[in-house]
Amino acid sequence: MVTVTDSTQRRTPKAAKTTSVFKKAVMAISGIVLVLYLIAHMIGNLKAFAGADEFNHYSEWLRTIGNPALPGATALWLIRIVLLVAVVAHIWAAVSLWRQARNARPERYVTKKAVAQSYASRTMRWGGVIILAFVIFHILDLTLGAVNSEGRDGEPFDRMLASFQNPVVTIFYAISVILVGMHLRHGIWSATQTLGQSNRRREVTVNYAATAIATVLTIGFLLTPFSILFGLID
Amino acid sequence: MRSSVGDTGTGPEKRGMNLTLRVWRQQGPTVKGKMVTYKVTDISPDMSFLEMLDVLNEQLIMQGDDPVAFDHDCREGICGMCGVVINGEAHGPQQTTTCQLHMRSFKDGDSIDIEPWRASAFPIIKDLAVDRRALDRIIQAGGYISVPTGTAPEAHATPVPKKDADNAFDAATCIGCGACVAACPNASSMLFTAAKVTHLGLLPQGQPERNDRVVNMVAQQDREGFGGCTNIGECSAACPKGISMETISRLNHDLLGALRAGARPKS
Ligand code: HEM
Ligand code: FES
Repeated sequence: MVTVTDSTQRRTPKAAKTTSVFKKAVMAISGIVLVLYLIAHMIGNLKAFAGADEFNHYSEWLRTIGNPALPGATALWLIRIVLLVAVVAHIWAAVSLWRQARNARPERYVTKKAVAQSYASRTMRWGGVIILAFVIFHILDLTLGAVNSEGRDGEPFDRMLASFQNPVVTIFYAISVILVGMHLRHGIWSATQTLGQSNRRREVTVNYAATAIATVLTIGFLLTPFSILFGLID
Repeated sequence: MRSSVGDTGTGPEKRGMNLTLRVWRQQGPTVKGKMVTYKVTDISPDMSFLEMLDVLNEQLIMQGDDPVAFDHDCREGICGMCGVVINGEAHGPQQTTTCQLHMRSFKDGDSIDIEPWRASAFPIIKDLAVDRRALDRIIQAGGYISVPTGTAPEAHATPVPKKDADNAFDAATCIGCGACVAACPNASSMLFTAAKVTHLGLLPQGQPERNDRVVNMVAQQDREGFGGCTNIGECSAACPKGISMETISRLNHDLLGALRAGARPKS
C-alpha cells in the first residue's frame, strides 16, 4: 500500500457529526421496536378467528387500556407516538445511508456479479418504500375507514371483512406482508450485526432465527385476510 | 504454450487460449472512460492474470498504442496492489488476489470484462489504477498503537489467550487491497476498518487507544466518502484473505461502547 500522504492532496474533512454506524444503530433499534409491535399486531389479528365479538372486544380493550387510571385512549396514543417516532427515525437513517451509498459509487460497474447477497438484502430500500406506501394505505383503510364505509371505530370487524373480501386489497396486502417478511429476514440478521451481537459461532443461529421470525410473522399476517377472502371468516 | 514436436505430454495437446478482453480505458481522473475490446491469443493456462495483461500490453506497445495502466507490486498475494474487477467480481472468480489468479480459471474463447475498483473514495488515476490512499488515512486516524520504543519486552510478560491471538492474526492478514470496497453494493470500507479494529482491539497492546481508535477510524471512513455497511456480505466473499463478517460485528460493538463511554471523533 502507498503510505505517502501529502497534506495538499488531502480532501477537506467534513465534520463527522453522526457516524454511519450510529445511523445504523438508530435503524436497528427503531426496527426492533417495529418488529415487537408487529408480533403484538399479528396476535391481535388472529383474534378474528375467535369471531366478531371477541375481535371487537379486543379492539375496545386497546382503547381503554389503563382505564380509569389513564383517561380514554391514552395508552393507545402512547403506542402510536412510539411507533411514529420509530418509523420516522428508521426512515431518516435509511434515506441518509442510501444517499451516502449513492454518492460513494457515482459510476456503476459495467459488469457486476452478486456473489453473496440475498434477494432480501437487495430489496431493503425499495422494498422499504413499498412497505411505507402500504402502511399509509393500511391506516387509511382500517384505522381511518377511508376506503369503505363499513364498521366504526372500536368495532373494526365489519370494516376488516369488507376490505379483505376485495381481492385487490388482499393481494396488495399479501405482497406487502411478504415484503415485510423479506425485510425482516435480512433486517434481523443485520440488526444483530449492527448492534455488535453477532460472531462466527452465532452467525448460523442468528440467520435461522431471522428466517423463523420472518416466516412466522408473514404466515401469521396472511392467515386472517385470506381466510376472509375465502369465506372462512364471516 | 504450444506443445512442441515430440512432446510426450500425457494429456491432450495443450494449446494456448484465445480471449476477448473488454478493458476500462480512462486517460486520467477527470476524463470519461469506456470499455475497449482487445483480443489476446495463445495465452497459457499457467499464466497469472497479470501476466496475461503483460502480454496484452506488449502487444499494445508493439502496435504503438498506450499500454493499459494497472497496479501491481509483489505478484505474490501479499502487497494488495493488484485489485481489478474481473467479470463483475473483485479479483475475479477465485477468492484470491488478481496476481494469484491463473488463466486456468478461464476457457478458450472466453470474453473477460476488466474494470477498476469503483468508489468515489478511490479516484481513478488511469485505466485500472486507482488511488487507494483513503485507506491509509483511515489507518492514520487510529489504526496503530502508541508504544514507547526501547528494548523488546519479554515475550511472556503479556499473556494473550490463544483464541484472541488466533482471531487477531486472522484479522491482521488484511492486505488493504480494497476488494471489500469494490465488491460492496454501498462501496463501504467497513470490512477493512473492522479488520484493523479487531486486530488491535483483541490484543492487550491495543487497549489504551481502543475507544478513540474505533470512533476516529469510522469517522475517517465516512469523511472519505465510503458508503455505510448493510451487512450484505459481498465484502467477505470477495476478500482474498477471507476476513469474516464477525469483525464488522466487533467494530459495531466497540463503536457503540466507545460512544457510550463518551469517546468522540477528532474533527
Ligand atoms: C418505509 C419503510 C421502511 C424503509 C424505507 C426501511 C428501510 C430499511 C433499510 C434501508 C434498512 C437497512 C438494511 C440493511 O442493513 O441492509 C432497514 C433495516 C431494518 N428494518 Fe426497515 N425499512 C422500513 C420499514 C420497516 C418496518 C415496518 C420494520 C419492522 C417491522 C423494519 C425493520 C427493520 C429492521 C429490524 C432492520 C435492521 C436494522 C439494521 O439494518 O441493522 N423496517 N430498513
Ligand atoms: S501484486 Fe501484490 S498482492 Fe497482487
